[in-house]
Amino acid sequence: MNPQLDKDGNLRHLLEIEGLGRDRVVQILDTAESLLPLTERAVKKLPLLRGRTVVNLFYEPSTRTRMTFELAAKRLSADVLNLDVDHSSARKGESLLDTLRNLEAMHMDMLVIRHPDSGAAHFFATHADPQVTVLNAGDGSHAHPTQALLDMFTIRQHKPDFAALTVAIVGDIAHSRVARSQIAALRLLGTGEIRVIAPHTLLPADIDRLGVKVFTDIDHGLRDADVVITLRLQRERMQGADLPGSQEYFRHYGVSSERLALASPDAIVMHPGPINRGVEIASDVADGPQSVILQQVTNGIAVRMAVMALTMGGERTAAQEPGT
Amino acid sequence: MILLDSQAIDGLLDRMADELATMLPEAANPPCAIIGIHTGGVWVARALHRRLRGRIELAGDVGTLDISFYRDDFSRIGVSPRVRPSSLPFALDDRPVVLVDDVLYTGRTIRAALDELFDFGRPSLVRLAVLVNRCCHELPIAADVSGRDISPEHGEHIKLSGPAPLELHLQERDPGTSGIKEQTPTP
Repeated sequence: MNPQLDKDGNLRHLLEIEGLGRDRVVQILDTAESLLPLTERAVKKLPLLRGRTVVNLFYEPSTRTRMTFELAAKRLSADVLNLDVDHSSARKGESLLDTLRNLEAMHMDMLVIRHPDSGAAHFFATHADPQVTVLNAGDGSHAHPTQALLDMFTIRQHKPDFAALTVAIVGDIAHSRVARSQIAALRLLGTGEIRVIAPHTLLPADIDRLGVKVFTDIDHGLRDADVVITLRLQRERMQGADLPGSQEYFRHYGVSSERLALASPDAIVMHPGPINRGVEIASDVADGPQSVILQQVTNGIAVRMAVMALTMGGERTAAQEPGT
Repeated sequence: MILLDSQAIDGLLDRMADELATMLPEAANPPCAIIGIHTGGVWVARALHRRLRGRIELAGDVGTLDISFYRDDFSRIGVSPRVRPSSLPFALDDRPVVLVDDVLYTGRTIRAALDELFDFGRPSLVRLAVLVNRCCHELPIAADVSGRDISPEHGEHIKLSGPAPLELHLQERDPGTSGIKEQTPTP
């Protein structure tokens, strides 16, 4: 049983990639593809969420994710509320459950939640009114499913045959909810080879169970890769001990143009943002011809619209029981 | 069960093209566009485009609409599992348009298509051409040109298969019922 699905197997919430299944991931990507040309129209809006209210509840800073979620909801004609937690009652000690009950009292239909604690989105999905859809916009170091989906969408635009691909994820895997969701999505789509490249201190304890090849030497790990995904060094989630100096990190694990030359000549370079230039990626790579970093941002709007449309459409049946 | 074979459909399309040719401006600036609604409507639109090309001035390609994102039953049935992007390879402003579908039934598809059309621009006029006009409309929407009026029994389903050959099938959802009431073609 999966708390993301209702009793008929329809997508009700998006909390993590795990448990979605390949067909549903492909359906999300296909729907996003149909939504992409919307920007070329005179009226860049669809009526699907007319009269619905979407609340963006962000307990952590965010630029891209929050803005593209907001834009996606507005393109679908929803009313959007952005709750800036720094200036809200949460600062005065209001519990998550009380915040949820108050938003329900305002008759919201969808909650987009980002929170520093892993499991926060599950908590909301489990406790929310059955009519409310919860989308995880990043919880702790657990999951960031829409980021992984937009990354898959971007990879598919350039390299549609996942079975033939070698994808290398470079950097801070241990603290990265993005990496965790990407690996799950890449596996669902049958990616030929998934590599992670990081120092031992930035690898999660359960790395052996993730179905990836581990490299601590970036020069070996990048060789012949078709997709190079760089990750931000997440200083805010680190204890002092595993924090290398920026220059030292770049020397050992930064993606420079010399290192990128080891990958396949037509490899694409991705980054979920925000990028730290000269730390995990060199400026000339981030801005170079192989970089698709800004395409990822644009694609994020269509992918988030697709997720919103798919979770909000159709009759509601009760959610499946979690953890059974 | 085949209701109309490809030869019969060719005849209907010829007559529909003749009617459209008299109804549409011979030359317009910008020229008239033909837009089909996925999937059957696109096949019919292409067939009409082939017949009208050379007789009246036309936009080069057929436009295609997938109205899935404009359906009025989204909150009941959700997004169609196979949505294709709509593609109008021309600007719509001030352009005469023929909107084409295979079967006009409730009229809800056409309402959705008109909504979507006007999000692309403001056409100078819109005519509706359908291969089959089926009883009973639920909205005040009627075809300007139709191939044939057909009124199957309740629960029966008319389906166009294509793109080549185009054939019209009657699918009986309940095998117990039979028979269709065929009406005389619209003049």
